[in-house]
Amino acid sequence: MDTNISLLMNLNALAGGFFLVCAFFLVAGRQIGTCIKFFILESFFLACSAFLVGVEIKSFHLIGVGIINLITKVILIPYVLKLLLPSTVYTKREIEHVLNIPSSLIVSLILTIIGWFFAYPIMHQLGPWPALYVNIPIGISGFLLGAFTLTIRREAIPQLLGILAMENGAFFAGISLAPDLSVITELVAAFDILILVFVIGVLTRKIHEQTGTTFVGILKFLREEAK
Amino acid sequence: MSILYVLMSIPIFCIIMCIIFNWNYYCKYITVIGALFIFLIALYLTTKLNSSNLFIGSKYGLIGIEGFGIVILLLIGFVNLCASIFSIGYMQIKSKRLIKRYYLNYSLFVFSMLIVPLIQEPNVVWIAVELTTLFSVMLVGFENTNKALEAAWKYVVLTLMGAGIALLGFLILYAAAKKAGIENYTWTGLEKIAPALSPILVKTSFFLILIGFGTKVGLVPMHTWLPDAHSQAPSPVCALLSGIETSVVLYVILKFIPIIQHVHGLNIFYLILIFGLISTGVAAILIIQVKDYKRLFAFSTVEHMGIILVAFSIVSYSGNISGMLQIIAHAITKSMCFYAAGVVLFLYNTREISSIKSLIKNSPFVGIYLLIAGLSIAGAPPFLVFFSEFSIIKSALYSRHYIMISFLAIFIIIAFFAIMNHISRMVFSKNNIKQNSIYMDNIPISMKIGLLLSGLPVIIFGIYPVWIYKIAKIAALSIGG
Repeated sequence: MDTNISLLMNLNALAGGFFLVCAFFLVAGRQIGTCIKFFILESFFLACSAFLVGVEIKSFHLIGVGIINLITKVILIPYVLKLLLPSTVYTKREIEHVLNIPSSLIVSLILTIIGWFFAYPIMHQLGPWPALYVNIPIGISGFLLGAFTLTIRREAIPQLLGILAMENGAFFAGISLAPDLSVITELVAAFDILILVFVIGVLTRKIHEQTGTTFVGILKFLREEAK
Repeated sequence: MSILYVLMSIPIFCIIMCIIFNWNYYCKYITVIGALFIFLIALYLTTKLNSSNLFIGSKYGLIGIEGFGIVILLLIGFVNLCASIFSIGYMQIKSKRLIKRYYLNYSLFVFSMLIVPLIQEPNVVWIAVELTTLFSVMLVGFENTNKALEAAWKYVVLTLMGAGIALLGFLILYAAAKKAGIENYTWTGLEKIAPALSPILVKTSFFLILIGFGTKVGLVPMHTWLPDAHSQAPSPVCALLSGIETSVVLYVILKFIPIIQHVHGLNIFYLILIFGLISTGVAAILIIQVKDYKRLFAFSTVEHMGIILVAFSIVSYSGNISGMLQIIAHAITKSMCFYAAGVVLFLYNTREISSIKSLIKNSPFVGIYLLIAGLSIAGAPPFLVFFSEFSIIKSALYSRHYIMISFLAIFIIIAFFAIMNHISRMVFSKNNIKQNSIYMDNIPISMKIGLLLSGLPVIIFGIYPVWIYKIAKIAALSIGG
């Protein structure tokens, strides 16, 4: 590959690295508050990457995407969650993992490598551009880690963060896949994600009212043999 | 063109009427009137189409509609009309606050389904499909019981996970289209540029979208949420979810058929076939063991989605027509089944098959109706599903897919006997405890109207399917003939 890569692209790679680290912490976080903080950080690095690539290719679309992400994911989503959920959800307590933390980190490592292999043919097809080589593999790995977070958590808010992390991963890959996607589409998508957080927040509150906990692992009423 | 905008704004208009004027009491009537207008506009649009004019609106703009979209629109219109009438009776025992919340969510849900076939830009279609999930979650969990909330949670988590997978697919598709030098990123634009698309990228993106949206359609093995959500929601919502929402999402997957056909050196129809056959087979076997009659119909939805995919994997004009017929037949018949199930639930207040006995004696109207619904969804002649399944088998035989069709026929037969076994036990089996039959016929009049209205086309078009066949033909032309 060309060794003469601009400073912005190098910074973009750094943002990508931090993005991936945040995704790992999201898998391993022990408390709900920590998980939310790492999700905010992850979204912040997503916005950073959009800014950096946007300045590099002088695309106002991408800078717009960065601003939209900053407003919705870093500011509005935590606010909506705080507004909707009872404060007891955030009290310091350890949340259960289905897998213990070391083994889930090892699985995350394997998923990251799988993400790179999955990304390789796509990067190869779309041609040489430094942002592609950073954003697609990291985006897909972040996507897989989000899906993994979703599967190993039994608590409502971390599961929601898993879904959001999946979408963050897809959008991180999208920065290089679709740099000229119209701002209107991104705006509607951001609005859509806000509705998502609102709906899941309301549902979580209802589950909390009904069962007294946000531990969704106890929802096993529909099993046929339970009767 | 402008009529499409009018169509889209009807549900929003209903919501504004309900919120701004605070007409809690009239919400139900406003929704019915809105549904009637949607249905009439869809009917009007159907008459506008013929084999020489396959498109209304702008082909390269954001809003437009072609033959397949109009079929979906017409089905949304019809099922929505019946469901809104049926809802009046279903909601009459609920509190005022709950009624308002129900109708707000209901109109939003209908709006999100309406825009899917109207929008021509794939990325925005993804957003619309995600909205269908988000606006229907509260309806699934509407009863606010432990079971309903669990079903809603499963529904939202699994389908949003699927939507995330599909998002990646749509972004890859966009990158592929830009690389091929697309001017207007719409379905028609993609179709036009298809020969220049990179096969690897299209294959990756289609696979991701098939898995992702397949979750929402209920394809095996991503179907686990479907029987729960489709059985716990209020019955009119079940009719919308099972009859229409699955087809709406399937429409997005099937929009890829004309694109895939034109990409050089790409044959992935075997993927559609495999998913279709597995879904049909697994669902047919799972129907045997159900204990809940709403779950029975939900599993039958999984089976029908599989059959539709098998029909489109034949890749011939007659295969596409029969697939379209199956989509139409499924939507009309499945919604009828859920209305029948809703009335049974209203009378007995239990979902268990084993606690419902000799329905035909207790309430002859409901008993006969459930029997007709069961027979028609299982595929007995002379109903519409029989006609469409028969035409699928016929077109597969023409294309010499003997192994595939023998599997499909076996699965359909298993499902037929499984469904009829459960239904006949509910309708005919002897009951030792005598129930008061006057009490049993105490069904609200709106429920009866909804039931009768939904059953009408199942019987009429089963005997005389000429009009439906004509629409299916135009729809099949619009996805590549």
